[in-house]
Parts: sequence; C-alpha cells; structure tokens
Amino acid sequence: MDYVKLINCMRCGMCLPHCPTYKETFLETASPRGRVALVRKFQEGELVESEKFLEYVSLCLDCQACASACPCGVNAGELVAEFRCERKQEQGLSTMEDLILRKLVPHPDRLEAATAPLRLYQRTGLQKVVRSLGLLKVFPAALGRMEGLLPKLPEAPLRQTISEVTPAVGEQKGTVGFFLGCVMSLIFSEASLATVELLSALGYKVVTPKDQKCCGAPNMLGHDIEGLQDAARFNTDLFQSHELDFVVTDCGGCGAELKKYGHHLDGEAAATAFSTKVRDISEILATEAGALKEKLKPLPLKVTYHDPCHIAHCQGIRSQPRALINLIPGIDFRELPEADACCGSAGTYNIEKPEMSDRVLSRKVQNVQKTGADYLVTSNPGCLLQLKKALSEANPPVKVIHLTELLQMSLNA
Amino acid sequence: METSFIKALSEIVGEQHTLSDPESLACYGYDSTPELQSRPGAVVLPGTSEEISKVLALCNGAGVRVTPRGSGTNLSGGSISFDAGVVLQTSRMNRIVEIDEENLTATVETGVITSTLHREVESKGLFYPPDPGSMNISTMGGNVAENSGGLRGLKYGVTDDYVMGLKTILADGEVLKTGGKVVKDVAGYNLNQLLVSSEGTLGIFSEVTVKLIPKPQAKKTMLVHFPQLEQAALTVSHIIAARIIPATLEFLDRTTIKCVEDYAHVGLPLDVDAVLLIEVDGHPAQVEEDAAGIRAICERHHCSFFQTAAGPEEALKLATARRVALSALARVRPTTILEDATVPRSCIAPMVKLIQDTAKKYDLLIGTFGHAGDGNLHPTCLTDERNPDEIRRAHQAFGEIFEATIAMGGTITGEHGVGVAKKKYLPKLVGESGLRVMRGIKGAFDPRGTLNPGKIF
Repeated sequence: MDYVKLINCMRCGMCLPHCPTYKETFLETASPRGRVALVRKFQEGELVESEKFLEYVSLCLDCQACASACPCGVNAGELVAEFRCERKQEQGLSTMEDLILRKLVPHPDRLEAATAPLRLYQRTGLQKVVRSLGLLKVFPAALGRMEGLLPKLPEAPLRQTISEVTPAVGEQKGTVGFFLGCVMSLIFSEASLATVELLSALGYKVVTPKDQKCCGAPNMLGHDIEGLQDAARFNTDLFQSHELDFVVTDCGGCGAELKKYGHHLDGEAAATAFSTKVRDISEILATEAGALKEKLKPLPLKVTYHDPCHIAHCQGIRSQPRALINLIPGIDFRELPEADACCGSAGTYNIEKPEMSDRVLSRKVQNVQKTGADYLVTSNPGCLLQLKKALSEANPPVKVIHLTELLQMSLNA
Repeated sequence: METSFIKALSEIVGEQHTLSDPESLACYGYDSTPELQSRPGAVVLPGTSEEISKVLALCNGAGVRVTPRGSGTNLSGGSISFDAGVVLQTSRMNRIVEIDEENLTATVETGVITSTLHREVESKGLFYPPDPGSMNISTMGGNVAENSGGLRGLKYGVTDDYVMGLKTILADGEVLKTGGKVVKDVAGYNLNQLLVSSEGTLGIFSEVTVKLIPKPQAKKTMLVHFPQLEQAALTVSHIIAARIIPATLEFLDRTTIKCVEDYAHVGLPLDVDAVLLIEVDGHPAQVEEDAAGIRAICERHHCSFFQTAAGPEEALKLATARRVALSALARVRPTTILEDATVPRSCIAPMVKLIQDTAKKYDLLIGTFGHAGDGNLHPTCLTDERNPDEIRRAHQAFGEIFEATIAMGGTITGEHGVGVAKKKYLPKLVGESGLRVMRGIKGAFDPRGTLNPGKIF
C-alpha cells in the first residue's frame, strides 16, 4: 500500500459525522479516521493483526461516505479494502472463498443453476411451508437472514431471456452496451427490463452481450484482487468488441466497479477506455431529460430517494436521479434526511455483521418514515434487497422500487 | 494501566464503555493536531454527569490524570493524554435538554454536536451563531473549553459571548453550577467566563446553557477580487469604519487562490492578490443598504471583480472558494499545519505580507486564508512529516510569525487554544504575572493537578 495515502489523513475528523458505524458507536476505532490510523500503525509495526484489530477493520461498511466528506481526498473505506486485499493476497483464499469467488461467481450459467433451487423453492410453495413451520430457526442465523431478504424471484434470469439486441424506437441516436448485473438479472429483472425499455424509447439501440460475466465486485468484497482483474479483462474485451457509444448499467455496485477497471488493471489502455464509456443509467437519462419529459405521464405519488453508496459516494451521482424523478408530472418528491447514508446492506455486510447492519438500517427506516412517502426509489440491488424487506415490515409500509421502474410506470401510465 | 484500576473504571461507566486494548488506545492517542501523538492508559465514555463525577473522584484519589475529549478535533493537542492517563470522551452525552423559547436559551449535554444545535434552534426561528470550521462534528463542551470562534465571529462574537450557564464537574468529582438563564448576574466572580477556554484544565462540563438570538431574516453574499493585497486590507478596515458589520468577511491570499483554482476550478483569476467573501445579514432593508455600501467601498479600492449572489444557490457557489480553501491546501502536500495567529484587523495587510515573506525566507509553501474581519488568520503550511528538515523550518517560520503577531498587539491563538502546541509562546504573550495568576487559578480548581495536565502552561 502506498504509505503516502495513509499519511495524507490529517485527522481533522470531518469524516466522523458521515460514518454510519461511528454515528452508532461514537468509537474512534469505528470511524474512518480511526481505521486509517489502525492500518497506518500496522504498516509502521506498532500494531499487529490481532482479533480486535480485524474486528475493528471489518466493521467498515465500505460505503465510502468518508471519501465524500474528506477534505484531503483520503478514501478511508477504499484504503481499508485495499489493505484487506493485500493481506488476502499474502494469506490466500480459503477453500470456500475459492469456490464462491473463482468457481461460481465468474460463471453466469453456474450462478443461475445454483439459484434455480431457490426459484423452485419459492414457486412450489415450499417457502410457505418452511416459513410457517419455522424451519429456518434450525438453520444457522445467517441462512435465515438470507432467506428472509429474498423477494419473489423472476421465473428465469433475465440474461437468459433478454434479446441480445433491442432496436431503438424511432430514429436511432446511438448504441449502448447494457451491462446486466448478476443480482439485477437473477432477482430484479423487471427493473432491468424497464432500463432497456427507457433507453430504446429514447432512441438508443441496446446491445446486451450474453457472455458477460460478473463485474468482479464480489471479488473485491472478498478481497480477491486477482479474481477481480480476471473479470475486468474479460468484460473489457467483450464490450470493446462491439461498436458502442456508452456502456450502461442500472446497478450502482457494477457501475462503481466498471468505472474502476482502468485503475484495477493499473491503467491498461483498453480497460481505461472501457471505464470512461461506463455510465449509470441515471447519467444517460439525465442527458435526455427534455425528450424524456415529453413522454412521461402524471403519477400522483409521494416519493423519496435513497442514495446508494455506490452511486453517490463511489460515482458522485446525486443530482441526476432527483432531477429525473422530478421530471414526472404530479410527483410529490420529498428529500430523505441523511439520504446518502448507507442502508446497512453493503454487499454481504448484512449477513456478516447483522447487529451493526440492523442498527444502521433502523436509522434509515426512521428517516424514510419521516418523509411520509409511499415509495422509496433507489438504484442498487443491495439497497433494494435490504430496504424492500425492512420497509414492507414498517408501519405504514413503504414500497421500494428501482428508479427505472418508477420512470417506466410514468412512461406507461 | 493496572487491570484493577481499569476494572474500577468499568464498574462506573460499564464494560463496553471502557477501552484499554492497544488498538483503541492507539486510536485515542491523537486529535487533529499534526505531529502530536501519545497513547492514553484507558478510555472511558461516561453516559451521565454522575458517571463523570465518579470517574473523576476515582482518578483524583488514585493520582491518575484525566484528559477530556469531545470528538477529538482539537488543533493544539488539548485532547491528547501525554502521561498515559485516562481519556474521557463525552460523545454519549448528546441530548438537547431544552430549548427555552421564552428566555431564548438552549441547554444541552456536553457531547451535543454544534451543528445539531444549529439545526434544532433554526427550525424554531432562532439562531446560535458560533460556527467553528469543525461544527459538523465538534461538541458543545469542546467549543466551550476552547472558546471556539468561526466565520460569524466578526458580527456575532464567539462561544464566550453565548455561554450563560455551565454545569461543571470538578477534579474531585464535585459539581459546580455557574450562571443560568439570567442575563444580568454579578454575584461573585464571573466563573462562567473563567471556565470558557479553560481547555479542560479546570473542570469537565456536563451541561451547557447558551444564549440564542432571533434568526436574521435576510442575507446577501458577495465575492470580490483585488489585484493588490493592500487594497483588500484597506477595504476590510473601511467597511468597518463605515459602520457596516458584515456577518462574514473572509479572505484568501494568492497561494490559497492558486490551490483552490487547481483543485475546484471555480474560475478564480491567478493574477490577483486577494479574494474577499463578504456576507451581510439582518433586516432585508438593512441588508440592501449594507450591500450597496460595501460595493461602493470595494470599487473605491480598485477591486477587479464584484459579484452579488442572486439567490441562496448562487450564494453557495460564491462561497465555494472559501469553503474549499482548507481542502484545496491540504491536498497539496501530505502534512498540513494550520495555525490561527490573530492580529488587530488594521494589521491584516502587514501580517499577510509578513507571512508571505517568512514563507519565502524558509522556503516553505504557506497559504493564508481566514477571518479578515476579526483579524483571525489561518496561515497554513503545506509540508511533509517525512522531511524533518522542512518540518524544522516550518516551526522556525511559525516562531517568527508568532513573535510578529505579539509585536503587532495580536495573539498566538485566536480560536484553537494553547494546548501543548503553543505552550512555549504563552509566556511571551501573558508575561510572568499572567502565568502566576493562571497557575493560581488552576491550583484553586484542581489542587492535585488531575485535569488535563501539561496543557496551556
């Protein structure tokens, strides 16, 4: 790790009020400033990788709210992740990590096959039986949490059913490649269909290469930098083989990772060229606001927006989603207090650190309730999973949908 | 620190609020002061005044030193324990006890964040003006202990001007209540004023009562460029001489302007000596009149550019250059030494000139920005802690800057406190008699020297 990145932290503390885990604990060790200090002191040989050390470092959600707040451009979340990646490279992947990150995640067909039993489980009514009998209580808590988070799955993953080329409606303005995130394809396929419909309606030909692989974000979460680099090379080559104006994604996590391929591959020209073409769907749609506005019909809904960390903090996209929501005639948009605070989903954090995840989530739910909105709009599958469950159980319940689903509703109203 | 003592602490505040693992101690060994670090022996996070009392009684009896800490944003090393004592963090005590709309006061627990209080009182049409740069994380107790200032100091004063009552826990655990909600109070020594800016050496605040004022109805923001530093400084003096007191009168020098432009591309010209950000607030008619007066004065002093914000959004845009000044500077080099030398406002131009000459003499990069209206400048040295020679030169340069500050009738610290960082300059400023009185006061409050030892003198 570049030591200068660590000493760039001037310990001003500006990150503290933005860090979800600091806000819950008030502990310096649970703050970005503290984590940078821990990593620095490890590098300087003052601290060892004790159990406590790992516990403190792993409490980071990697939401990168600290990076947005830092006056000196230090990204504490990223530094901690980088540190953990380096340690992982030294220690090697465990058998389970190797199985998931190398043998399962990079292979969409295997990933889809692995989740097929889940679809069956929901569709055959087995889920109802399991839930009513409380069978999940006998399984490990983590499995119960995972099961509880799952919304109703689509009949088939979108990657299998989507056409490789969707023509533009009317005059063609350009061609975009669609990067279909794994979770979007497996779980939120309706939102991704809405994305394609919007792009096509605005005059874009949409190319969705079927061979695309996971963006590599799970590898990053598992601190497997080599697996991430493999994914980056593969997807770069695949998309660069098409003539594309932009590469669009509707998954905040994928977008953040794709935009960093150039960085992950140490500035390789092809990867850098690919990364500069990547756009979050809201960025593309915002440039078409005029044309879009003409097509949107009134929706008298009370709506609020949750900034996914991977959109707001990692990609710096804040105004576009709000501007798009406000294009809808008759919409009653209400700003969410602490809108860009993490919801606690954070990749697999909600499974690994359930207690802290719940505390962070509960603050989010309270803030959503303060708005009085009927709909919470967001644009990252992790947030969708986490918030759909929590807000369906809230009183009164709040519906959670992807930004493109809201726009599609207005388009077809 | 002995295990039995740590156990005794945890019996008071609870096990989860008592920290003694090496990782935690490492993280409580610093605050925002560059270069200074020292690990405490233990950290406690009490939840009530009673717990603070018991912790202090225990430590005072056992001869263990206690250093209070809010969010650890101190800039003079004031919240670092240099003798492996106990760091007492007040963040858990973060309740707003009361906003009294009849008496126009707010009573808060010591750990309430300054900007949280701002939001709460402003939602009721009231105003708590002190706005230190760290207001989004600094605690009210910390603000009182350091007498924090901020951008609005010129017109509205500093923390000191708003403290009406304090509940302070003394070194032996006794509770001292001073002041209250009354505007007039001459019963005995003014202990409130004595406790403000005591830097944690006289007692630990558990509750603070502050004065509130009505929120100004209107505000106008202006940005002005000056090709010549002297003209900018004269403008500042002449605005005040014209009986106009802006809420904000902020200044950026040439080095800061360049760093801001490199970083934020806000369209600042690189050939000007100074940029002023001016804000007037109050009754709409008064605001209009003041803004017109300021414009005339700026033009008379040959400003090269004058812009008034049309609305709140544009105001925010105009304020960007000042808002990002510290960020822009801090990014240039790994280590940032931020000082707060303060001179009478008539000395702004010679002071800025002196800082620039000193930077040149010691071959250093120093950007100066700050509160021109109240003479409180932030010469900011951009350096690298890995270069001992440069760090030595930086300290020499600041030594000279402080000497000059004192000679001009100014002070070594306008709002950051003496702590340990400025200790060696204090005798020159206050003299033997000043030190003797301060030591006497310390002895009266804390005879065993339990509270924040080694700070101030």
